[in-house]
Amino acid sequence: MSLSRPDRDAALSPGRRQPAEDAAGEGRGRAIAEAAGLPREAPGDRTGDATGPVLIGQAAHPLPPMPQGALDILAPMHLVLDATGHVIHAGPTMQKLRPDVPMAGQRFLELFELSRPRAVDSMAALLASAGIKLHLRLRDAPRTALKAVLAPLLPDEAGRAGAVVTFSFGISILDGIQTYTLHSGDFAPTDLTIEMLYLIEAKTLAMEASRTLNLRLQGAKIAAEEQAFTDTLTGLKNRRALDHILARLIRTGQDFSLMHLDLDWFKQVNDGHGHAAGDYVLQHVARLMLDETRAGDTVARIGGDEFVLLFHNLTKRARIEEIATRLLVRLEQPVTFEGAVCRISCSMGTTLSSAYDAPRADQMLADADAALYASKHSGRGRHSFHVPPPG
Amino acid sequence: MMHGLINRSLQCFLRDTYGAALWGDVVADADLPVAEFEAMLTYEDALTFRVLDAAEARLAKSRATLLEDLGTYLVSHPHNEGLRRLLRFAGVGYEDFLHSLDELPDRTRLAVSDLDLPQMELRQLSGNRYRITCSAYPPGFAHVLVGILRAMADDYGALVMLDHAGHHQQEEVIEVTLVESAFAEGRAFDLGARAG
Repeated sequence: MSLSRPDRDAALSPGRRQPAEDAAGEGRGRAIAEAAGLPREAPGDRTGDATGPVLIGQAAHPLPPMPQGALDILAPMHLVLDATGHVIHAGPTMQKLRPDVPMAGQRFLELFELSRPRAVDSMAALLASAGIKLHLRLRDAPRTALKAVLAPLLPDEAGRAGAVVTFSFGISILDGIQTYTLHSGDFAPTDLTIEMLYLIEAKTLAMEASRTLNLRLQGAKIAAEEQAFTDTLTGLKNRRALDHILARLIRTGQDFSLMHLDLDWFKQVNDGHGHAAGDYVLQHVARLMLDETRAGDTVARIGGDEFVLLFHNLTKRARIEEIATRLLVRLEQPVTFEGAVCRISCSMGTTLSSAYDAPRADQMLADADAALYASKHSGRGRHSFHVPPPG
Repeated sequence: MMHGLINRSLQCFLRDTYGAALWGDVVADADLPVAEFEAMLTYEDALTFRVLDAAEARLAKSRATLLEDLGTYLVSHPHNEGLRRLLRFAGVGYEDFLHSLDELPDRTRLAVSDLDLPQMELRQLSGNRYRITCSAYPPGFAHVLVGILRAMADDYGALVMLDHAGHHQQEEVIEVTLVESAFAEGRAFDLGARAG
């Protein structure tokens, strides 16, 4: 572009047409000059006459025509079209989109495909879309999507007007920058594109740092949970804690009994009244079991509605039977959650450490489980002791 | 409170430059409550200065040298390509970069809203001589800035002379002489090549 000779064929007034220059790019001085005045107003509103510069926004003074090259500075991504819809000048950045083929001389609608507004197939239709946002893409590869806006130039004596179209990459700026290797200097200094690119990179880095922190915190949380001994819903001990305590009891040779307790009809509470009701019932049951056991005993939730109770230093069947009966009576009292009455019961099975020569945790858990299933099979809502095999 | 990004930068500088063992020594000497700083948290100011004290003692370097090396590291180490790129967005030439220092704190806040950098002010003394004044807090920031300015000159391919002209009341002063703005090739800055 001839920025170094800004006054070359500058300031041709709209009236002084030079027909010979029209077809080629030499008429662009006129075209740019005309861009200063937009024939947007209805004829009655015009302050100037039909051929003189028309005022933008009812300005009090007519604007002088712009010199050649002014638009290249102000809007490096622009095209100037003649009345036939052919490009007569491409701004320097616009031309970078097709570095090997001059855009000047090509028909605008053959270069670009409009997706909004649709059905624009003539210069007249293009001019009718003046001032609104145009969505378009280049027809040949790379088919970059662009946004544009068009302003008509002053019409000639025959009433035929060209147009100026300015473009931006819009949200596809990252692709645009990468596809065409553009530089800071390719954008007008007032254009916020570079700031936007800066912001995208800066935010990406900051997000990355936050993500790294989140991942580390998540890892730490998982590790902490894995090491935790507490069931988060009920506050009871969890399976991990149970395994530790059970192992310690066996190792130290203490007498104890192990009760496996499974809620009956709990699934109906969950299905009928929702998981919030189910959670509420579990918390209620947990409190109740803590109430009915001694401070030194262990109450653990080992599954959805499964619990294991360890009665330390207690292997008297009668005493355990008493506890089981009280647990059953209290568990069967209906619980009200948000107006819904929830009814459950429980089945229990217990084994005693004294029943083994050398108690093993897995064996005791399996035996209590078998006793529990005996309770289930004989009608639920009851307690059974494990019966050691004879011999 | 000191932003974690600053502490984290210091940690990465010491680790990347002098090795993980040195960083481990510094953590122990400075009696840090954490083995690593998190970039997106904040820490007591005192921790940062304990790290600096410990690193100075271990490396037998002055505070000024250490901080200037930190500044250079921030721009020139491959781990910090992202930061170098952000600084290069400031402009096409080194002079643009100098003039952008005024808005560096604002630019920084755009990226990390709670990271407050000291205000910097550039004055052109003559054709190629500039004076940068910056707040003396956090203490030593000007030394880091000297390192950044030196590394960015290399990045742009400019030849500069830098002089930390010392304290002036609540401010620190750096004098910059831009000998030649296109002295060497410089490193490429491609707008579209985002740092991974």
